[in-house]
Amino acid sequence: MPPVVQLQDIHRIYANGEVQVHAVRGISLDIHKGEFIAIMGASGSGKSTLMNTLGCLDRPTGGRYLLDGVDVSNLGRNERANIRNQKLGFVFQGFNLLARTSALENVELPMLYAPRRISSQEMRERAMHALEIVGLARRHDHLPNQLSGGQQQRVAIARALVNRPQILLADEPTGNLDSKTSVEVMGVFQKLNDEGITIVMVTHELDIAHYCKRNLIVRDGVIVRDELVKDRLIAGEELLKLHQAEAAAKLTAASP
Amino acid sequence: MRLVATTVIALRALRRNKMRSVLTALGMIIGVGAVIALVSIGNGAKLQVEASVASLGQNVISVYPGSVSTSGARGGWGSASTLTPDDALAIQREIAGVVAVSPETRDRAQVLANGLNWNTTVFGESPDFTSIRAWDLSEGAMFTEADVRSAAKIAVIGQTIADQVFPGSAPVGQTLRIRNIPFKVVGVLRSKGFNYFGTDQDDAVIVPYTSAMRRIARRTTVNTLLIQALAPEQMFRIQQETTDLLQQRRAGRDPDFTVRNQLELAQVATANARNMTALLGAIASVSLIVGGIGIMNIMLVSVTERTREIGIRLAIGAHDHDIRLQFLLEAMVLSLMGGALGILLGVGASQLVAQLNGWPTLVSMPAVIGAFLFSGAVGILFGFYPAHKAAQLDPIEALRFE
Ligand SMILES: Nc1ncnc2c1ncn2[C@@H]1O[C@H](COP(=O)(O)OP(=O)(O)OP(=O)(O)O)[C@@H](O)[C@H]1O
Ligand SMILES: [Mg+2]
Repeated sequence: MPPVVQLQDIHRIYANGEVQVHAVRGISLDIHKGEFIAIMGASGSGKSTLMNTLGCLDRPTGGRYLLDGVDVSNLGRNERANIRNQKLGFVFQGFNLLARTSALENVELPMLYAPRRISSQEMRERAMHALEIVGLARRHDHLPNQLSGGQQQRVAIARALVNRPQILLADEPTGNLDSKTSVEVMGVFQKLNDEGITIVMVTHELDIAHYCKRNLIVRDGVIVRDELVKDRLIAGEELLKLHQAEAAAKLTAASP
Repeated sequence: MRLVATTVIALRALRRNKMRSVLTALGMIIGVGAVIALVSIGNGAKLQVEASVASLGQNVISVYPGSVSTSGARGGWGSASTLTPDDALAIQREIAGVVAVSPETRDRAQVLANGLNWNTTVFGESPDFTSIRAWDLSEGAMFTEADVRSAAKIAVIGQTIADQVFPGSAPVGQTLRIRNIPFKVVGVLRSKGFNYFGTDQDDAVIVPYTSAMRRIARRTTVNTLLIQALAPEQMFRIQQETTDLLQQRRAGRDPDFTVRNQLELAQVATANARNMTALLGAIASVSLIVGGIGIMNIMLVSVTERTREIGIRLAIGAHDHDIRLQFLLEAMVLSLMGGALGILLGVGASQLVAQLNGWPTLVSMPAVIGAFLFSGAVGILFGFYPAHKAAQLDPIEALRFE
C-alpha cells in the first residue's frame, strides 16, 4: 500500500520582513496508514511549520507534498480548505474552541463547512458520537469556560474527528495539561489509532512521545532522528498505576 | 455557496453576542423609527391641511380688492375696495356655471346680549353663504333673499358667539345687539373649528349684506366677492370670465382686484405639506445612514476582535466566501432586525404623538416598506467592507492572533 503522506524535500522559507528564516530545510518523510508519530525537537526547530504544511494550512516554498497520492502543494486556497475539512483533523495547541459556544456546536462546526450539505439531525448525531468517543457526551451543552483544560482539549479532538479524517494532526496537544490529564488524552489517541486513524503529533515531553509508535526528532529544520518506539507505554495501564499510587498515598496519609 | 449552513452560522454568532447585537441594531432601530414617525406626522399634517382647505367651501372663487398690475404705489389687500353688490349680481347674471354669489363685508363689532358682550367679526353675506362655504346650521334657519331686500335686522351666529353671549340658553329667537342695534337671532351655524390660518371660524356673526352696509357700517363697497362654481372643472374658466367681466365694468381703469380660486390655494397648501413631509423624511434618513455607519463600525471592530474565530473557521475548512457571506449576513440580519423593531417603534411613537398632542398621524405603507428595504440595503452596503476584510485573513496568522 502506498504511503498516505509523502513529503519530498520540503522547504519553507519565511520571507516577511528583512531577514529570511529558513524554518524547514529539506524534509522527506513517508507516513503510512495506521502510524502514530511524535515529532520532537527544540523550540524554533520547525515543528509547527512542518505540522502546518502537513495540515495544508501552509504551503511549502519548495518540494512536493503528496496526500493520498495527490500533489496538494500547489492547490488553491479553497481547495486546501476542502482537504482540511474532509481528510485532515487538526488539534491546535491552544484548544481554539469558539467561545460562548456549547461543546456540541463546536464539534458541529466542521460539518457546517462540509462540501456536501448535512442535515441538522445528522450533524447532531455525528457530533454526539464524536463526543462519546472522547467521553464527553454528558457535557455536550457545556460552554468552553465551564470545562477543564483536558475536557476542552477533548472537545477539540472530537471536533477534529467529526468529519472522519484519515489523518489526525495535533500540535502539542498536551502542552497545557497536567501529567494525568495528558495521559488521558494520550489514551484517547491510542484508542483512535487502534481503530485505524493515522496520528501525527508534536510534543516536548519525552514520556508523552513514548505513547506513540514512531518518534521523529527535528533540529534546525531537518529530521535528525527517526526511530520506532520499543517499550511503548499504554495509557490504560499507566492511568491504573496512577490511580493505585494515589490511593496508596491517601492510605498512608490517613494512617497515623 | 452554503447559504443555509452560513445562515445558521451567522445566527449562532449573533446569538452568542446578544448584547452587542442589540446595541449594533440600535442605530437602525432609531433611524427607521424616526423616519416612520416623522413621515406619519407629516402625512397627518397634510391630511389636516386638506381638510381645512375643504372647509373653506366648495368650488369657491374669491375676488379680492387690490391691484395686481404695477403702476406707482400699491396698497395692501383691501386698501381701496371698489367691489360692489352690483358686481356680484352681474357675475351671477352673466357668467355660465355660477351657482351662487355672495358679496361679503367684514367689520369688527362689539356684540351684546343678556349683559354679556364680545368683540367679533360681523360678516355681511347673501343667503348663498351657507352653500358656498358648505356650512350647515345646527339650529334655526338662514335668512332669505327677502331679508336681504329689506335689510332686515336678522342674524345667524357662530357657535363661539352662542357659547360666549348666550351661555346655557337657546340663542334662536333672542335679541343680539350689534353696535347697539338690536338684531334677532334666527340660526346658529354648526361648529367648524379653527382654519388652516389658525383663526376661529365660529367666532362670527352673519347678517344680510344690505343690513351690514346700511345699518352697521354705512359703506358702499364690499370686502370680497364669493363665487361658487357648479363643478371644479369650470373654476379656471369662471375665474377668467370673472376677471374679464369686472375689467369691462371698470372700463379704462387699472385692474384693482384679484381673482383667486380655491384649487390654487389647495394646491399650494398641500404642496407645502408634502414638502414638509419630504423634509422630515430626509432629515430622518440621515439617521438611517448614521445607523448604517454604526453597524459598519461594530462589524469592523468585531472582525478584529473575532480574528481567532475566523482563523478557526478557515482552518476547519471554511472558504473565503463562506466567511464573507457570514459577516454580510450578520450585518444584514442586524439591520433588518433593527428595521423591523424600528417599524414597531415608529408606529408606536406616531400613535403616542397622536394621543399626547392630538396631532393627526397617518402611518404610510410606502414609508414602512421603504424604510425596511433601505435598512436591508444599508446592511449590505456597510457590511460589505468588514466582510471582505474578514474573508481575506490568512488562517495561520489569524489563529496566532492574540
Ligand atoms: N510567520 C512566521 N514568520 C517568520 N518567521 C516564522 C514564522 N513562523 C515561524 N517562524 C520562524 O520559523 C522557525 C520555526 O518556527 P516553528 O514555529 O515551526 O518552531 P517550533 O519548532 O514549532 O517551536 P516551538 O516548539 O517553540 O513551538 C522559528 O525560527 C520561527 O521564528
Ligand atoms: Mg510550535
